[in-house]
Amino acid sequence: MVENRPWLNAFAHGVLIVGVIVVAFPVYVTFIASTLTLEQTLQVPMQLLPGDQLLQNYAQVLGAGSHKGSKAAVSQMLLNSLVMALAIPIGKIAISILSSFAIVYFRFPLRMFFFWMIFVTLMLPVEVRIIPTFQVVASLGMLNTYAGLTIPLIASATATFLFRQFFLTVPGELVEAARIDGAGPMRFFWDVLMPLSKTSIAALFVIQFIYGWNQYLWPLLITTDESMYTTVIGIKRMIVGSDSANEWNLIMATAILAMLPPAVVVLAMQKWFVKGLVDTEK
Amino acid sequence: MEKQVVFRSAWLPYALVAPQVAITIIFFFWPAAQAVWYSFQLQDAFGLKTQFVGLQNFATLFEDSNYLESFKVTAVFSALVGFFGIAISLLLATMADRVVRGAMAYKTLLIWPYAVAPAIAGVLWAFLFAPSIGIVTYVLKGMGVDWNWIIKGDQAMLLVVIAAVWNQISYNFLFFLAGLQSIPRSLIEAASIDGASPTRRFWTIVFPLLSPTTFFLLVVNTVYAFFSTFGIIDTTTQGGPSQATQILVYKVYHDGVKASDLGGSSAQSVILMIIVIALTVVQFRYVERKVQY
Repeated sequence: MVENRPWLNAFAHGVLIVGVIVVAFPVYVTFIASTLTLEQTLQVPMQLLPGDQLLQNYAQVLGAGSHKGSKAAVSQMLLNSLVMALAIPIGKIAISILSSFAIVYFRFPLRMFFFWMIFVTLMLPVEVRIIPTFQVVASLGMLNTYAGLTIPLIASATATFLFRQFFLTVPGELVEAARIDGAGPMRFFWDVLMPLSKTSIAALFVIQFIYGWNQYLWPLLITTDESMYTTVIGIKRMIVGSDSANEWNLIMATAILAMLPPAVVVLAMQKWFVKGLVDTEK
Repeated sequence: MEKQVVFRSAWLPYALVAPQVAITIIFFFWPAAQAVWYSFQLQDAFGLKTQFVGLQNFATLFEDSNYLESFKVTAVFSALVGFFGIAISLLLATMADRVVRGAMAYKTLLIWPYAVAPAIAGVLWAFLFAPSIGIVTYVLKGMGVDWNWIIKGDQAMLLVVIAAVWNQISYNFLFFLAGLQSIPRSLIEAASIDGASPTRRFWTIVFPLLSPTTFFLLVVNTVYAFFSTFGIIDTTTQGGPSQATQILVYKVYHDGVKASDLGGSSAQSVILMIIVIALTVVQFRYVERKVQY
């Protein structure tokens, strides 16, 4: 701030406060709806103060889903979402760090070919190859399995890039030193590169955790078995009709449960999250 | 840039890239090639016989008014999402950059919507705007607005734009804030000594210096609007009413999965691939160059 203009500061605070309120409002209403009875959610206008059904609603969805829509227990869906949100980042980081190690620290025929091959996957998001990818997964017998939910999503051009960029900044003297000490490539990888990559790995993990948890189109396509639904899909399956036909109190309780884990991760690991966002877009 | 010192091994590098390469071949290249292959084929109603028809699927698509309409819808949708997403987050970031007290708190309170899945963002806003029970609908009725996005196309569009912008604001905000904080204070101070007002300083110094960030976000937001908003559309309007919100990605899904039109859907996939490739090329060619004057 270069000069003191009280009215301008007040204006800035005003804009920010309005922004924060507008951003938070939908989630506030969602939370309120999740504490009401079904009848209360259907009243016009709905009350904006919490009701007393919080425990009942959450116990209902966690144990037995909704009455009218999907009856699958949300606790199982949370577990499935967690599997996706952990397997995708771990898988992505593992295969990307290995392939960028090979591409940076070795000279071998087809090296650049492999690099471009991984790069091109940036241009093939799942949304543009919906049916054929579904068919491949179906023919491998991976529908309704955790493998089918996660493996097709773990190839990653951005993560490979990120590690490649980082490895290129690691001083070459470290390799020389390791070689003089008699360390082979894998020894160097585990004892030198991995410890140096810790911050990149943490940042990438936070971003990919959110990516995995929030997947929608892919699980929608390949899960037909209720026990394999992720939480986000579960919400969709609870919405059965127009407005007043839905059990909004239960849908909203599920929505809160689906938003909570990634929101906690973003807020608790804010530093890693920001670093991850900025790094993966370079 | 290449490493000068490397390791030597005849087999190890291949073993290291193998998992990644295997996954890209099985789940990316093979299906993409199939999409291209199917796009030249016509399947009969029972899925028993397929016939090679060359470019006929593409020709049919470009004669189909529904498909052309879907192009227009996608263009309008991504332009609205891009414009409002960028304008609102730029305003918030500029304000957050100005305040001294509470800047961190504002940042924390503005970044968490990134954690909300697009599909859930759709559900939240659909509930607020629900034609018979929504709270916002109730307020709008009080103001004399007849709100029903289930039957009115432009209101449905507005709903999905609001949900998409809300979901994307935190991302844009973080990048703008980082961009603003990297602008040298001395420039701003010099201009203010010369008597430039805050508004003038913004438009003549800050905004031009932010142009690389703005351009980058424009590309990212377009990609977001084209592809990642599938969840928002599917949990709210499902492309309706009468295709007013049927963006290209949703049409690929609808025609391929729900209407089982393999050839037509694949031809659409191929067109989308070309769009993604174009966007990626733009991003890498021009974003790197830093649009600064």
